[in-house]
This record gives sequence, structure tokens and C-alpha cells, in this order.
Amino acid sequence: MGERLLLRGNEVIAEAAIRAGCQCYFAYPITPQAELLEHMARHMPGLGRTFIQAESEIAAISMVYGAASVGVRTMTSSSSPGISLMQEGISYLAGSDLPAVIVNVMRGGPGLGDIAPAQADYLQATKGGGHGDYHTIVLAPSTVPEAGELTMLAFDLADRYRTPVMILADGMLGQMMEPVELPEPVDVAALPEKPWATTGAKNRDPNVIRSFDLDPEVLKQMNRALQERYREIEAKEVRCEETATEDADIVIAAYGTVARIARSVVRMARADGIKLGLFRPITLWPYPYQPLRELSKRVRTVLTVEMSAGQMWEDVRLAVCERAKTPFYGELGGVVPTPRSILSEVKKHAG
Amino acid sequence: MPVSVEKMVKVFGRPKSLTDARFTYCPGCHHGTLTRIIAQVIDELEIAERTVGIAPVGCAVFAYRWFHCDAIQAAHGRASAVASGAKRADPNLIVFAYQGDGDFASIGTAESIHAANRGENITVFFVNNQVYGMTGGEMAPTSLIAQKTSTTPEGRDPALSGYPIRFSEMIAQLDAPVYVTRQALYDTKRILEATKAVKKAFAYQLEEKGYSLVEVLATCPTNWRMAPTDANKHVAEVVTTVYPLGDLVDRG
Repeated sequence: MGERLLLRGNEVIAEAAIRAGCQCYFAYPITPQAELLEHMARHMPGLGRTFIQAESEIAAISMVYGAASVGVRTMTSSSSPGISLMQEGISYLAGSDLPAVIVNVMRGGPGLGDIAPAQADYLQATKGGGHGDYHTIVLAPSTVPEAGELTMLAFDLADRYRTPVMILADGMLGQMMEPVELPEPVDVAALPEKPWATTGAKNRDPNVIRSFDLDPEVLKQMNRALQERYREIEAKEVRCEETATEDADIVIAAYGTVARIARSVVRMARADGIKLGLFRPITLWPYPYQPLRELSKRVRTVLTVEMSAGQMWEDVRLAVCERAKTPFYGELGGVVPTPRSILSEVKKHAG
Repeated sequence: MPVSVEKMVKVFGRPKSLTDARFTYCPGCHHGTLTRIIAQVIDELEIAERTVGIAPVGCAVFAYRWFHCDAIQAAHGRASAVASGAKRADPNLIVFAYQGDGDFASIGTAESIHAANRGENITVFFVNNQVYGMTGGEMAPTSLIAQKTSTTPEGRDPALSGYPIRFSEMIAQLDAPVYVTRQALYDTKRILEATKAVKKAFAYQLEEKGYSLVEVLATCPTNWRMAPTDANKHVAEVVTTVYPLGDLVDRG
């Protein structure tokens, strides 16, 4: 501990993954996450670990699938268009009960979009994304140090629940530099065993990694087991943060970069006499419905602010369920809302 | 002259690395033959306890049931990438991918070529039967010109669908692969030759020499609408003229 460095979000995620014991990293270059890939290229081989620049995001996630099957900690990273290509592999990871970490440094879409920060992959990340009934745990850091902390957590949650975990960041977080105290490296040898992994069938029956069964009754049971695990995750792993909500009349619901900006807006609004608070989901799946539901009983308005056309807004409205007003303010296409523009939205609804 | 049971010697049996699960392959299909050969070689090299097989999508999707070793079922076309990830995660494992022609040479083209080009120390079995067997006999990238399939009812027309792809020749152009060979299973001699090739490919992996590709020309009597014996003859007399047998690269 005590190592305090000035690093980009992308580099902090990479370094945290190394310290979490990531043994194999596979990825394809894409802006705005290239520094993550480059950091891994510089540091993984010297540690005797695997770095491969894959031929595509499809190949990268398939390599993750192979490495995860063998039981090592493994990660890939990309940005929005590349994450779309990975959906096949993420569905297979979920269906095969494999732990892995996927980083999405979101940019503007749809299509090629742009390379500016956006939050328009929320629905893809939280509602499944690929085919079949599955979820990935989705962690949304709002600062560079938190990106490191949540990366460490992502590996633990992935192993604990045998599920893919996504870090949902954005181009702003990826590119921004902040002073960071890096986490202590994990003792990989002390991590729990993975008796299910395909490590060679020596003195045991063969292990098989698969998401497949032609018998609908068997596949139903596999799906049921998955759903039971999701209920457990929903019960145990919800994370969120409230700022200045004790006496608030109105709260902003925001995550990631927008939540960080909204923190400044809370100070500005309070200076203007508006009792504004902030509700920040840290896990986007499982979504903190219950805490937001409780909060919505005490406030008049929950203003959702996103860099999208209103994707998290759907979950906010599900949680609030008309107990409070639920207006929305979003910026599109990679435009980052300013504190002033958010404050003026707050003022529209605070009166 | 009757021979007493006591004097009989068992000269042929099920390899230990082949489970007793029933094959789902059609009569006369070569998949079962190749599966047995691979299992036999795993026994001979005594590597079952460190072997991981990658099962594809297609007729061989159940490969994980038939090999008595650890196995990973991969997405369609991704077996070579999955094998790369598994091998890199633990280089002491012996990793093989078992892929059909649609899997390896169509949807998995990028993964197949780049695993070979990185010289991944893996063994890939590429079963070329010129048809998508599992889904009902559609055209494969390897289908012959004029071959009738369920998606080329008038026969494969190069003007519309291109030509049979000689994928192993493409792989053989790369610098990294250590062994690229094309084998067949239509008679005893070919089966013995193919067995030697399978053994060599695994041996190279054991010796950490790098990437091996064993293409195997296989029959699909069901979708070719041929009797098994006619299908064997078709491979010997027609298919091998488009896909010549033999080693393309041997840098071992």
C-alpha cells in the first residue's frame, strides 16, 4: 500500500486486474480503451502471464472462454462496438458458468458512433446483451480510484458466483488521470480451488464445460440453477451510494461519469438553496431497486441524468413506481452534460 | 478347427479414452472412425490425464461425451480460439480442437487462420465432408462444384457461391504451422495413414513444436444421398481430386 500514482482510468483497471491475479488477458484494439490493452502488453509477459492481441473481439472473448474453463483469472476489455461482437461469447460464459471479467469503456453509438464518452450500452450490459436468459453482474465506477477497486471486486464476484462480470466505464473514465493508491496484490495461490475446471482428468472423472443440452428438461434445470444464482446475487450484491439525501426534496439518479458530475451539481444546488441529493447505483445489475424505492418515498422528484436516451431511466421508473416524479435529462452521441446544464434541469423540477 | 477361448488373444478393443456413450453419427459416417483414432492415440501417448478436447458446433457437438478426458464445448467456429485460451492458461495441457468444415473454414475462418499463424501449440482436427451435416445438408465452403446440397439444389455454381476452399493449403502458406496434412478414411490403408498423422500431430504438441492441422476427408452418406460404400468410393475417386491427400507442411 501507499503507492500513490497519477494514472488514467484505463491503466488503473489494467493494473488492478494484474493485482487481482489476472493470469490471461486477451483483447483487440479499440478507442477509447487502447491504453488498457497497451498496459497489459507492457506488463503481463514480464510477470510470466499471458497477453494476446486477438484477431477480433469475437476471438478475444472465445480465448477468455478457454482460459476461464481451465480455471485461471482472465479478462478482456473493449469499447461499445467491440462489446457488441463479444455478446456471443458472454452468453456462452454465462451459460457455461464461467467466471471472467469484461471491461466496456463505452463510447457513442449506435454503429460506429464516435469515440467520446457515452452510457448508451446500459440496456445491453444489464439485461443480458446476448441470447438466452442470463445476466452479467455490472459494476459502474464513477472515479478512477473506484475503477481500480471495482476491478478487484469484479474478479472476486466472478469466481464466487461463476459468472461473467462487466465493468461498465466510459471514455471519460478511461482517459481521465487521477491520483490513485493501488490495491495490494492478491495471493493467487490462496484463492479458492475450482474443482470444476478442465485441468486434466487425473484421479477424477472428466470435467466438461458446456452451455448445451439437447434435452429441454435438462436445459430447463440448467437455466433454473442459473436463475437461482441470480436471485442470490440480487439478495447479496446490490451496491449503491447516496449523497446528501437525508433532507433532499429532489435527487438525481446517475451512475459513472454522470454521477461524478452530479456530485458537483449537488453542491451548486445546495448553495442556491435547493435541497438536492444524489442516488448512485454502483451495481447496475443487480440494480438497487429497493434502496431507490425507499428513497423515493421521502422525495418529490427523482431526476435521472444519463449520457443516453433514457436507458437506466427504465429501472429508475420501475423502482420509483410513481411514488415520486421521474423526469429525465439525457445527452446523446458522446456529449457530456455540464454541471450547469444539469443544474438548470434540476431547477426546472425543484420549484 | 475350433479354438478354445483360453487360447484367444484380444487384439482389438475400445480405447480407454473412448467412452461407451453411443455415437449419434449416421451409418457410414467417418466421424466415428476419426473419434476412435484420436482416442486410441491419446491412449498410446498416455496423455489422457492432461488432455482437453474442444468440441465444436455441428455433428461433432457431442464430442465431449465420447472422449474420456476433460472437454470444453465451444461456440460455432471458435474452437481454435477457445483452444488457444485454454493452452495459454496451462501450457502443460494437451489441447485439441475437433472442427467440421463449416465450423473451421467458414464461420471460424478468422479464428482458424490466426490460431495457426500464432503457432499455438495445439492440434486441430478439421473434418471436411463438404456439407453441413447437422442442419440438413446445406452447402459448405468445401462443397464441390456442381455438388447438390439443400441450399444448392441445382448444384454449387461458382458464379454464385465461389469455389471449394482448400483451407489447409491456405494454412500451409503461413510460417508458423509445424504440421499440416490432409488424410482420408475410405479404406484400411488410409485409416492407418491417418492414425500415424494424428499421432504425429499430438507428438509435435508434446514436444512443444507448435501448431498442427490434420484435415480429414470424411463421408456424409446421409446428406450425399449415397450408400456408405459409394460414399467411400466418392471420396477416393472424386473428392481427392479436388483435395489431394498428403502432407502440405512438416517442419517437425
